Amino acid sequence: MTETETKTTKLTGAQIFLECLKKEGVDKIFGYPGGVILSIYEALYNQSDITHYLVRHEQAAIHAAEGYARVTGKAGVALVTSGPGATNAITGIANAYYDGYPLVVFTGQVGVNQIGNDAFQEADIIGITRPCCKHNYLVKEVKDLSRIIKEAFHIATTGKPGPVVVDMPKDILSASTDFVWPDCVKLPGYNPNYNGHPKQISKALELLCEAERPVILAGGGIIASDAMAELKQLADKLNIPVTNTLMAKGAFPETDERSLGMLGMHGNFWANHAVTNCDVLFAIGTRFNDRITGCLKRFAKDAQIIHVDIDPCSINKNVKIDIPIIGDAKNVMKAMLEEFNSNNYEINYEVKQSWREQINEWKKRRPSIEQHSDKLSAITVIRKIYEFTKDMNPIFTTEVGQHQMWAAQIIKADKPRRFITSGGLGTMGFGFPAAMGACIGSPDKVVINIAGDGSIQMNIQELATCVQYKLPVINVIINNGYLGMVRQWQEKLFHKHYSQTKISGPDFVKVAEAYGAKGFRVTKEEEIIPVLQQAIECRQPVFIDFVVEECEMVYPWVLAGNPINKILMSNDCPIN
Amino acid sequence: MNNNNNNNNKNHVISVMVKDEAGIVSRVSGLFSGRGYSIESITAAQTSEKGYARITIETSGGDADVIEQITKQLNRLIPVLKVVDLGDVESIERELILCKVVAKDEDRSEILRIAEIFGAEIIDVTPRTYTLQAVGDERQIRSLIELLRPIGIRELVRSGKVGITRANQFSNTKSAE
Ligand SMILES: Cc1ncc(C[n+]2csc(CCOP(=O)(O)OP(=O)(O)O)c2C)c(N)n1
Ligand SMILES: [Mg+2]
Repeated sequence: MTETETKTTKLTGAQIFLECLKKEGVDKIFGYPGGVILSIYEALYNQSDITHYLVRHEQAAIHAAEGYARVTGKAGVALVTSGPGATNAITGIANAYYDGYPLVVFTGQVGVNQIGNDAFQEADIIGITRPCCKHNYLVKEVKDLSRIIKEAFHIATTGKPGPVVVDMPKDILSASTDFVWPDCVKLPGYNPNYNGHPKQISKALELLCEAERPVILAGGGIIASDAMAELKQLADKLNIPVTNTLMAKGAFPETDERSLGMLGMHGNFWANHAVTNCDVLFAIGTRFNDRITGCLKRFAKDAQIIHVDIDPCSINKNVKIDIPIIGDAKNVMKAMLEEFNSNNYEINYEVKQSWREQINEWKKRRPSIEQHSDKLSAITVIRKIYEFTKDMNPIFTTEVGQHQMWAAQIIKADKPRRFITSGGLGTMGFGFPAAMGACIGSPDKVVINIAGDGSIQMNIQELATCVQYKLPVINVIINNGYLGMVRQWQEKLFHKHYSQTKISGPDFVKVAEAYGAKGFRVTKEEEIIPVLQQAIECRQPVFIDFVVEECEMVYPWVLAGNPINKILMSNDCPIN
Repeated sequence: MNNNNNNNNKNHVISVMVKDEAGIVSRVSGLFSGRGYSIESITAAQTSEKGYARITIETSGGDADVIEQITKQLNRLIPVLKVVDLGDVESIERELILCKVVAKDEDRSEILRIAEIFGAEIIDVTPRTYTLQAVGDERQIRSLIELLRPIGIRELVRSGKVGITRANQFSNTKSAE
């Protein structure tokens, strides 16, 4: 090791841990204490550089850290104890892994000499997290701790971001050593490729200029690499419509005239048709999840596909790519713009204009809104909330289910880091703790979690956290009395056998009040806005129980495995 | 595209240079099991460079796309330095076997004859068995086993394949364009 030694005072592992966080610029962490990490909690006591948020369940600590990471762009940090603390964290770690957000998760571990002996609260967390994190470390000597922490932050935040787990045995945290902060990381096996290959870039550009029916498919990678401006310029210069994945809401302004909005299983009719019929598909920072491709054989079947991704594994994994470009979305698009500006590329603007007219024809097809009863419609609730808060630049989070898809369809995201939802893993229980993290990362913003009555019960205990830290998260509970999305599948695909999907819940207003938060109930359309206004103004944690129609369905709907242009638009559409 | 769907593809031997750290073999083998890739054989040992190890994996049933994914997924692991699909480059592959066969009086000369043809050594002899040690490529090992089978194989232990490139081809493998 040839690091220059920036400081040499003997510190305990626990103190080194805190010093390293400070060096990384971390001032907020989410956690839950336990036996093996008590020395860290001792070090946290009586210091004010780092604020620790005590959650009520370790899963929530990780989701909150991810919510924080998503709004700030920085790595989220969580600290949990060994055994059950660490196993409770797994869902959160996996969630960040599949959506590609940077986290550093510290887990306590039994003492080095006890590992493998089935000691009290021992769990092989390195083995358990290996397939669901970007990398993990077991710290075996206290002198390695600072190097490992530095590497963990580096790995989490570079390349394709993701969670890194650092498992810290109890005795390492109490052992002392000189604190040395390495000034660089040396990871010879880790060299993400940031700059696309120039030849591939000009090939891609040529193809896009010549294309008659091009579509840009924007993925979450654009937000990760902060490439929104480049994407907008490219789309404008080349006159290409842009569709986005669920993870890319806000990567391209959804109210822009060139935006097709979201595609996929519950995407827009016109977006799915545009992608199916395009001749060149320019995909950026997406991994072609089956929720957007549908039947792979029929996906963009006549198109030449250009794919920019920083993760070589995404390329050719699901969809065959004609022009792969491995690199960072921002760098690659910047290079494309420079190339476009410096060489005389000709684009056939008129041809592309007639393609846009064709798309405008498709745009007329919208799912019909059905009025089932005199009960509130979930769609109306979400639409009114969106319209009322539009100019406040709020942050929305969601849980998972029908309410999530309606939120994704109705809320138009014009800026990145404003629509936070669990995409890859589809984790019920994500939205509320993520909203807490978002609130902590962006304290001046209105933060609204669009929740289902099922999902909210998965991490409802976090209301206590919100009350303790005065986090004004507004939980909009779309209370349809069902695990609605599952019920929807049962209705169409399982003969209306609603097996185990009718779900009861507590009186959400009373629950809120019992926790010391504010509770409201809305049953009529005219109450939506006044209640929402009160909820926003009170600056307290809030539950709003929207008692809505039970049978409302999410349309458009492409059944799993079908081509994405085979779209059900209403209940009357036959499924075959 | 992801699973071992295509049975007619030949086996691939993939050579992986890794940092020699705790848990590295399970990191690599876990990737195979987690993603549904097969492992026919796996060997791991230190190399001439201190701190590095080589893992050689023989995988079956993957078409070119699957092998491409395997190589990329391996490269994505942080402690993996280099990945070479030995099927892609000029290389030599070998396997060592230890084979204990029943040595009846009337078969003994036949066993010796087969051993001689394949350059195998008799490394142990008991009143009832001969143990052969042989080194060879896949074809040689397969024919040797086939010839010994009718005589009566008591026990067969195989090292799994190892391989080496002919020229200095263990570089430039992390770029994928
Ligand atoms: C942790 C977890 N368990 C199960 C599922 C499967 N699942 C997906 S949507 C859904 C129903 C969600 O119900 P609710 O939160 O009430 O939302 P709704 O669909 O009714 O709007 C379920 C059970 C999941 N996504 N996550
Ligand atoms: Mg529900």
